[in-house]
Amino acid sequence: MTTMELLTWVRGPGMTIAIILMLFGVVVRLLEMLLLGRKKDLSVARDPASAKYGWRTVVTRSLPSFACLKTVPLTFITGYIFHVGLLIIVVFYVPHIMFIRDLTGLEWSGLPFWLIDGTTLLTMLAMLVTLWYRVWDKVRRYLSRFSDYFVWMITFLPVLTGYLLYHRQFLPYNEMMIVHIVSIQLLLISMPMTKLMHTFTFVFSRWYSGEAAGRKGVKV
Amino acid sequence: MSTSIQRGIAAFKQQIDAPIASFFNSCVHCGMCAGACLFYEATNDPKYTPINKLEPMRRVWKQEYTFWGRLAKTLGISKPINDAELNEWQELLYDSCTLCGRCSLVCPVGIDLVYMIRKAREGMVASGHAPKGLKESTSRAMTIGSPMGVTLSTFKKQVQHAEDESGIKIPFDKQGADYLLLMSSAEIMEFPEFIGAMAKIFKQADVSWTFSSEAFEATNSGNQIGSSDLAAELVQRVVDAAEKLQVKNVISPECGHSYTAIRWDGPNLIGRAYKFNVIHVLELLDQLRQEGKIKLEGLDKERLTFHDPCQIVRRGGITQEPRNLINSVSSNFVEMPCSGISNWCCGGGGGVSANPDADELRLKAFAIKKQQLDSAGAKKLVTSCSNCRNMLEDGIEEYEMDIEVIGLTELIADHLKE
Ligand code: SF4
Ligand code: SF4
Repeated sequence: MTTMELLTWVRGPGMTIAIILMLFGVVVRLLEMLLLGRKKDLSVARDPASAKYGWRTVVTRSLPSFACLKTVPLTFITGYIFHVGLLIIVVFYVPHIMFIRDLTGLEWSGLPFWLIDGTTLLTMLAMLVTLWYRVWDKVRRYLSRFSDYFVWMITFLPVLTGYLLYHRQFLPYNEMMIVHIVSIQLLLISMPMTKLMHTFTFVFSRWYSGEAAGRKGVKV
Repeated sequence: MSTSIQRGIAAFKQQIDAPIASFFNSCVHCGMCAGACLFYEATNDPKYTPINKLEPMRRVWKQEYTFWGRLAKTLGISKPINDAELNEWQELLYDSCTLCGRCSLVCPVGIDLVYMIRKAREGMVASGHAPKGLKESTSRAMTIGSPMGVTLSTFKKQVQHAEDESGIKIPFDKQGADYLLLMSSAEIMEFPEFIGAMAKIFKQADVSWTFSSEAFEATNSGNQIGSSDLAAELVQRVVDAAEKLQVKNVISPECGHSYTAIRWDGPNLIGRAYKFNVIHVLELLDQLRQEGKIKLEGLDKERLTFHDPCQIVRRGGITQEPRNLINSVSSNFVEMPCSGISNWCCGGGGGVSANPDADELRLKAFAIKKQQLDSAGAKKLVTSCSNCRNMLEDGIEEYEMDIEVIGLTELIADHLKE
């Protein structure tokens, strides 16, 4: 198989397989979670329309929290940068948009290359700081297991290879493209198998917390 | 595998629902919950990070309710939890957690940690890993009717004192009263002034109320130790008494954990809605004040501050009422930093005060509360929970601080217009 043939395969059938595996896995994981069910709360709610407090928390937990709750600024800032950074890179980089258009037919306008380039650098920097903090800080080191480092790596690789690809570094373009796409496929397949599931489940966890507190009249 | 550990695993399994699964799925080990917990803040020991307290429960969830976990368990790659681990976690799930719920406010993915810690205690009870002190107080609650061993005749003696002192006849078992008042053990034994204070307030407001000789105790040890069966039995005693007397409302005493048990957990424990309303005493007092049914006079000029009991504010939604009440009797009320929903715990909730194993750590953690109190610079500290009050007095003595602790209901009664 030539490089070109391999590239065609990973872009086409390879990608389809990865996406199907990812979707299948995520659906299974969400079902195994949701089928556990949640008992109806029989106490009298202060406000019976409590679902709205769930949605409120889904939104508000993305905002900087109250001054009294010491969120470690470093965790908070780097977390913010790399999550927003990843989103911008995935959704607003023109070649990504074109790829998604080919796949789904949907299209939107992208951001200029220089902006994506800067975002990518900043994202990588934030992720490196996160990693350093995970190793260096007592609490994070204590909590971290192999899977936490694995998840970091599997998220970092697509960003790094994408950056090297754009700047024509390290490997010839087509080879680098293959590496980049495969790294993305690894990320996709890992989603249902690792903590990357939080990409989907965070909406549920925030909603459950917000709703439960909201019906008691507490906005969390 | 011992039968006790099997019972423990079964109990953990029974508690795990969709919210808990979503919480474990979402945790990214960012460690932010550590800084919200008084026990971590006071010790800087990472084992006190709230999510770490749930490690046994997380393992059960993973091995029993996830595809990959089940696979790993079948292949023998991951081992089930064992007695030695649960023994180690006893300190983490009981001694170093007051169920204060501060951690649940901070998690970026919205994990309600305290919801899980309360449930994890069910697995600890079932496997025989609850602390001795809590087991004893729970057993007193089940056999005598009160965790501090208060009997009906002791209670009646305290009521008699209050009657003698106030000159007001206190009603018992009055059929069809509007309100049935519950008490906590600590109020009966250590702060009996509460009884007289309520009698005075209700007399002025012309409220139809009663005590019940069949259920006067609101403290729910079953909830604190983590046994739904026992907790349900304790709630059922109150429900039976209230429904027999056909009262319209049951008043939760100041005690925060009593409020959580009777107001929010109770119907879920007994599996049905009540035929009466539950109202917290502060809600009722503020309502009576607003309706003009209680008339207050005199304003305290001394600088005073207020300690929000966790279960009343953060887990109960009562924030404004105590402030309205205090402001109507004080001209010099100052807030502590972080008061209200993110207030720091007194250190003794969630069964910690009934667990002597926890004493040393609890007093160490009080350093956080001390900092908060010091910045308010008040001479008087008002609170509205007898357990908080005990714990605050204990900490204040230990740290040789100069601040007087008073109960809010008594403060209000002292300012009633004669
Ligand atoms: S704050 Fe939430 S996500 Fe972070 S470690 Fe604690 S429980 Fe996990
Ligand atoms: S509920 Fe309070 S004491 Fe318990 S882990 Fe959370 S912050 Fe710590």
